[in-house]
Amino acid sequence: MRVSVALPGALRPYAHGRAEVAVDVPDGTTVDGLLDRLAESEPALERRLRDERGVLRRYVNVYLGDEDVRAAGLLGHPLRDGDRVLVLPSVAGG
Amino acid sequence: MATVVVIGTRKGLWLARDTGDRSSWELSERQLGMNAVYGVGIDTRRGTPRLLAGTDSEHWGPTVLTSDDLGESWQEPEQAALAFPERTETALTRVWQLQPGLPEEPDVVWAGTQPSALFRSEDGGRTYAFVDGLWDHPHRPEWGAGYGGQAVHTVVPHPADPTRLLVAMSTGGVYRTEDGGASWSPSNRGITASFMPDPEPEFGQCVHKVTRSPVDPDRLYAQNHGGVFRSDDGGLRWTAIGAGLPSDFGFPVVVHPARPDTAYVFPLVADADRRPATGRFRVFRTDDAGSTWRELGKGLPDEPHTGIVLRDAMCVDDNEPTGVYVGTRNGEVYASADEGESWTTVAEHLPDVLSVRAAPIG
Repeated sequence: MRVSVALPGALRPYAHGRAEVAVDVPDGTTVDGLLDRLAESEPALERRLRDERGVLRRYVNVYLGDEDVRAAGLLGHPLRDGDRVLVLPSVAGG
Repeated sequence: MATVVVIGTRKGLWLARDTGDRSSWELSERQLGMNAVYGVGIDTRRGTPRLLAGTDSEHWGPTVLTSDDLGESWQEPEQAALAFPERTETALTRVWQLQPGLPEEPDVVWAGTQPSALFRSEDGGRTYAFVDGLWDHPHRPEWGAGYGGQAVHTVVPHPADPTRLLVAMSTGGVYRTEDGGASWSPSNRGITASFMPDPEPEFGQCVHKVTRSPVDPDRLYAQNHGGVFRSDDGGLRWTAIGAGLPSDFGFPVVVHPARPDTAYVFPLVADADRRPATGRFRVFRTDDAGSTWRELGKGLPDEPHTGIVLRDAMCVDDNEPTGVYVGTRNGEVYASADEGESWTTVAEHLPDVLSVRAAPIG
């Protein structure tokens, strides 16, 4: 199946300028699994989303539809064909 | 020969180049975006100088970048330049220090990190391997976090022996290795820790910076969280030398590249009152290994000043006479082309200056 990851402007340089990255993944792949796949194909992008333990960075929010996957405990949630995962920076800094 | 100054700030990096005699400077546009740049290096061992930058973004995490065209472009490797091994169950927070190794090992670069760990590069600072020996030290669980986080912020190679290296961390203190990093010994004898019940513990001190004379490698200076110290035996024993200063609290200490008895500090009032010790922006220099200190201020602001100099925001260059550089948390950078006797302004109105390095570029 094919899912996509939509990126904020700050991350597009790490995805060859693309605003959205399409990723082919096996049926049943979870959000975490999608990020694992991204670590193989776009490592400079993926390490800006997760640290080397695979933990989502504190001020990176990932949405599936309207759901914040970290807050909703959906990192292990299986994706469906055509799903769009949205990455947004949360409010941080000064 | 032009001199380049690399200025790492809380929000990006700037380069300054002198337009003659290190008395006037041209400042670049901001580079590296909103990243905090705690560690910078200028590696002059290769034909083309390489700039090193340890950056971290509050959103997107830390990385190390290199530039072989004096900041026109920056590169990072496809895989992470530096990452904690899985067994540590730890993630990199920040790269505090990027320190080129010896000239005879032109591809070796050391990185000191938060959490406290040491990494070694053998490809000129592009990618780094974890140094297990320091991480596995039995003291590690007792190393604490200062206000800036728990970090190896200082890496000091021995100028003649690649197996000998010294690191400093807050808190934890000074550790030294004589086998290239496999085993480490605390090296704090004589350094006090006013914030601990035992005022002279084996380790646990909050050493803010250590500097080693390149011409007399046994001569070291340390600026502690309270206390300025000198060692004449490579760090085995330390002696307090801060009595002649208006305060012995501060962050940076830098030794003169050719004269082991000359060193520079920037004293602050106290731990609990972090502004320049005299109320004005003043660098202090000793020329007799710490017996006496002289206030240096010609060309520096005379009005009351709140700018402080952080641990890596002071450096010297290899010019003759030696240049001295300081950056402030108020976003200013000052340079002296005459060993601190007089100063000019390199930059103003930058974000907090975290790190400064300068070198003549042929």
